[in-house]
Amino acid sequence: MDWFESAGLSLIVFLPAAGALALFAVPKAREDAQKWVALLTTGLTAVLAVAVAANFNYGGSEKFQFEVSQSWIPAIGARYHIGVDGISLPLLVLSAVVTVLAVIYSWDHWEEPRNVRGFLALILLLATGMNGTFVALDLVLFFIFFELVLLPMYFMIGIWGDSAKRRIPVLGRTVTMRLYAAIKFFIFTLFGSAFMLLGFLALYFRSGDFLGENTFDIPILIALGSQNAFGSGTFAFLVFGAMFLGFAVKVPMWPFHTWLPDAHTAAPTVGSVLLAAILLKLGSYAFLRISIPILPDMAREWAPFIGLLAVIGIIYGSLACLAQTDVKRLIAFSSVGHMGFVMLGIATMTDVGFNASLIGMVAHGLITGLLFFLAGSMHHRYHTREIARMGGNQKLMPWMGGIFAFTAMASLGLPGLAGFWGEFMSLLGAYRPLAGLSLSQFQTYMVIGAVGTVLTAGYMLWMLQRVNLGEPKAEWSDHEFHDVEPTEWLAWAPLIVAIVAIGVYPRIVLGATTDAVVNLARTAFGG
Amino acid sequence: MVRAVASVPLVLAAGEGGAGDLSSGGFFAETAWIMLVLPFVAFLAIILVGKRMKGLGAELAIGAMGVNLLWASVLFVQNMFEGIYREVNLTIGEFGTFAGRRLAFELGFVVDGLSIMMYWVVAFVGFLVFVYAHGYMKGDIRVPWFFASLSLFAGSMLVLVGAPNLIQLIIGWEGVGLASYLLIGHYWEEKENSDAAVKAFLTNKVADVGLILGTILLVPALGTFRFSALSAAADAHSEALGGVAVAGALLLFFGAMGKSAQFPLHVWLPDAMAGPTPVSALMHAATMVTAGIYLMARTFPLYHQMATEARPWMVTIAVITLFVLGFLALVADDLKRVLAYSTVSQLGYMMAAVAAGGYTAGLFHLFTHAFFKALLFLGAGSVIHAVHSNNMSDMGGLRKEMPVTFWTFVVGSLSLAGVIPLAGFWSKDEILATLGHEGYTAFMWVAILGAFVTAFYMTRAVALTFFGTYKGHGHPHESPPVMTAPLVALAVPSVIAGLLNIPGVSWGPIRNFTDWVGARIVPMGDYHPKAIEWELAAYGLIAAVAGIAVGWRLFAPDAETQQARDRLRIPVLYPLLHNKYYIDDLYMKGVVNPVKGPLARAVDWVNGYVIDAVINGAGAVTAWLGGLVYGRLDQQGIDLLLNAAAGGTGGAGGKLRLLQSGKVQQYAGAFVVGALLLVVAFVLVT
Repeated sequence: MDWFESAGLSLIVFLPAAGALALFAVPKAREDAQKWVALLTTGLTAVLAVAVAANFNYGGSEKFQFEVSQSWIPAIGARYHIGVDGISLPLLVLSAVVTVLAVIYSWDHWEEPRNVRGFLALILLLATGMNGTFVALDLVLFFIFFELVLLPMYFMIGIWGDSAKRRIPVLGRTVTMRLYAAIKFFIFTLFGSAFMLLGFLALYFRSGDFLGENTFDIPILIALGSQNAFGSGTFAFLVFGAMFLGFAVKVPMWPFHTWLPDAHTAAPTVGSVLLAAILLKLGSYAFLRISIPILPDMAREWAPFIGLLAVIGIIYGSLACLAQTDVKRLIAFSSVGHMGFVMLGIATMTDVGFNASLIGMVAHGLITGLLFFLAGSMHHRYHTREIARMGGNQKLMPWMGGIFAFTAMASLGLPGLAGFWGEFMSLLGAYRPLAGLSLSQFQTYMVIGAVGTVLTAGYMLWMLQRVNLGEPKAEWSDHEFHDVEPTEWLAWAPLIVAIVAIGVYPRIVLGATTDAVVNLARTAFGG
Repeated sequence: MVRAVASVPLVLAAGEGGAGDLSSGGFFAETAWIMLVLPFVAFLAIILVGKRMKGLGAELAIGAMGVNLLWASVLFVQNMFEGIYREVNLTIGEFGTFAGRRLAFELGFVVDGLSIMMYWVVAFVGFLVFVYAHGYMKGDIRVPWFFASLSLFAGSMLVLVGAPNLIQLIIGWEGVGLASYLLIGHYWEEKENSDAAVKAFLTNKVADVGLILGTILLVPALGTFRFSALSAAADAHSEALGGVAVAGALLLFFGAMGKSAQFPLHVWLPDAMAGPTPVSALMHAATMVTAGIYLMARTFPLYHQMATEARPWMVTIAVITLFVLGFLALVADDLKRVLAYSTVSQLGYMMAAVAAGGYTAGLFHLFTHAFFKALLFLGAGSVIHAVHSNNMSDMGGLRKEMPVTFWTFVVGSLSLAGVIPLAGFWSKDEILATLGHEGYTAFMWVAILGAFVTAFYMTRAVALTFFGTYKGHGHPHESPPVMTAPLVALAVPSVIAGLLNIPGVSWGPIRNFTDWVGARIVPMGDYHPKAIEWELAAYGLIAAVAGIAVGWRLFAPDAETQQARDRLRIPVLYPLLHNKYYIDDLYMKGVVNPVKGPLARAVDWVNGYVIDAVINGAGAVTAWLGGLVYGRLDQQGIDLLLNAAAGGTGGAGGKLRLLQSGKVQQYAGAFVVGALLLVVAFVLVT
């Protein structure tokens, strides 16, 4: 299967984009045909991603596999260089699978102004961007894919998003939520990306000092980084800082997170799902792929700061959740806390911590993705997201309520479900961070993080109590509720199964990641 | 003899000396994992098909538990004659290096004296409670879900007690917590009940911070999460534990304080009585709440060999629990709450014993308590079933209508009070002896006084429930056999279980309870009396009898009952007890409400009015600047750039709206053009 070795990843990246183009060959009125085109392309993409995982050599998960490196823009030395290793593989599979589920869910869940073809095209384009980011091994390529996801999401939020109006504090203006959120999301991320690009360019130009010619090639830059080529001076500090801004906004880390609750709340269901499940991972993934291995000395220097922002995020996100009155906004804020654990893991600069962040990313993708599906479906039925108007959901829709409770339990890190491992390993990593980092500082982070798990349980249980339990409010007495529907089952069942499976058998993820992160920590920090 | 330990870690070598006479147990030990898995199968099956079954899934739950009881009983009997040890660990994922060693998560099971005792208690009491519940829950709401949750509990509890390592223990630990949450909140239509469920979950979550951090401190440095390694390392005074042993031990203990309702984390247990009574009997009396005691017993060598400085603190907490909280049972009107406070107090006894160094004494009390407390709860359930109220002010005089319930309840009460020769007498006596022997003389006297209180409140409960005249409504009658049979079945061990561990007395080839639970890979080396200390036993007995006498004097004649209770309303003391020492208020008003109210709102405010203000302000400034530039310069050439900048705020809103009316093709086209521009820009730059 030589063709698969060489073309597999490229197909995973570009099939969805091709599907998007194909959509426009279908007449606008033929919605079913459009759905099938989208389903087949994303389905095939997912099958290919699973095939890559099946043919992946787990014994050498620290090496890039399915690698392709071809000349692309010779003028700047940018290459079409792609590949997967144990760090990117789980995220690639996650991305490909969640995209199919998004299409399946979309089958009969449409938000105004419908426009099936346009919406599906955006999902497909988004998939190309997401998958591409996880396989890109060239900074230019990475940048393009990283930015590519912005536009479809921008349009998804801006066009299919929440049309409610809200008065923005300080600005003193009343705005339509979807417009405000879309623009905020776009500008915020673009702002970070600008710095990130500067960082990339700086690396590019500096790389020439060592190699004779400038390069954007990530593995080459990593090799330079492992010899600490970029040093620990001002240059490296600024470059790390510039990339930090770009990635931290995407994660998002506190205090760059404020686009997230707005974007999530305003986005259509599928948009929220993809945003939470995949887009948030691009930033944290980039730390592991680019910042840390290329600038290890700076990573060590920045680690206490990253850890600080991470634990602030954990506590802050949880407290903010307690104050929310809107289900979707609550779930959005929960991401701030959960990504705090992911970043705390990274900040420890240990293999355990890196692994924590990776399994945490996968778990968060599955769990929060499912939570947003559920929030969307409940909104679909209640036509409101106000927690205060809900109650007795478990009675009105037993399966929906049951799955919601299950997912909330997974989200609060119940051992035996996927969310536990990331939290636990983050704390474990923080107990013994990379040599040279302050023990007392990171152990303080560990304790704060552990307190965060209590707060997380607190807001999740409180939400469940208010939404699921109690008697249904009088206003719903003559309202007919449909419990979970077939397309919803199809979209959710794989997530539920994965959450349990990874919870009981974390090797599903760790089997790919462990050798890779051990290698990452060793090449970056020695020992 | 062969010991079947799958890949024994090297550190174990240090502790092998005393474990050489253990058998590997044969077929039932080899297949013990079935007990851990079966309830989960039942759980899933009940969810899927329970509704359509005749017994609404109860038969599946009972069947699974029956098989478990068979397995556990065989092991239990085997272990009576010959100690069994078998440990199996399967890797579920390597995850990195810690202190230079590769670490992995493992699942598996351990079959040894301690776990066999727990398997059997869980299976035996569980089976009886499931059968009882089949009658008790007839006609109730959500019966399939109820039995599914009970099965989930049983599975998690067995995963917990069968855990060969701390990770699996944590999984089982939170699994039983989840089941507890689900079952306490079974009648979740009422906010009071869901409040109780959330309270139980959260209180335990607070304690779990200790469990998780203790785990992190103690075991990864050993290169494994296994208890066998931890025990061996502690036994060998390993350097890897040096420095963290006490802190780690106290953290684990903090975790145990939650599950086992030790002061001041006991607050959830009385409220947990909101769940159906079979749940209270099985989980919140006999088994789940003993998980903390079990954890202390499982990690006993750590406390016995290395973290000895932690022990006085632990004994103090336990003695406060057994004495101070026992008083709360005196003022409760809800029969189940009386039993709940009694459970808290008895857990204090167990914890005091294990903490003081009485591994066997603590476990023996756990063993006997499981029978008589489950019996008392099921008896209470039988009464509640008959009078449709939890309150003793709606009961009275029931001994005639409900003779089986009455007599078994009396047996349970006498056993709990510690009257010779019932089970509770022997196990409590061992605890007193341990406290005395380990130098906690003052605490020993407090525990004897506690025995007085125990006898007192149980006499009160019996008197108010079964004597005098009936004060409730309707005509109560005895419960059906499906409910009374378990009462009788539990009454038997409540009477005779004590005979299994009388110091110095043995029954032919059957070894003593001490030897059963002593079948561990590392010898426990705890203190257990070799002969009965009659003097101490007499003090304990006097306390019990005095408690019964005083209780009877105050509460028996029904006409004066109300008066008698009024007589107990001593100023200061009564309000203090009635308000549960104000601890719940302190937590709610001092911590929970401020956090979820003002603090959370303050954070949300900061989000909107501080952090976002900066963002929105920047946007506004940009827009203003944009307007300025636009006004000064012409639109030509610059407006393209400008739009991008001003787009940050309201400016682009209108433009976006324009775009919306268009077609997505245009956006895609615009994007492709943009991407191309970017590439061109790159080419030009270099």
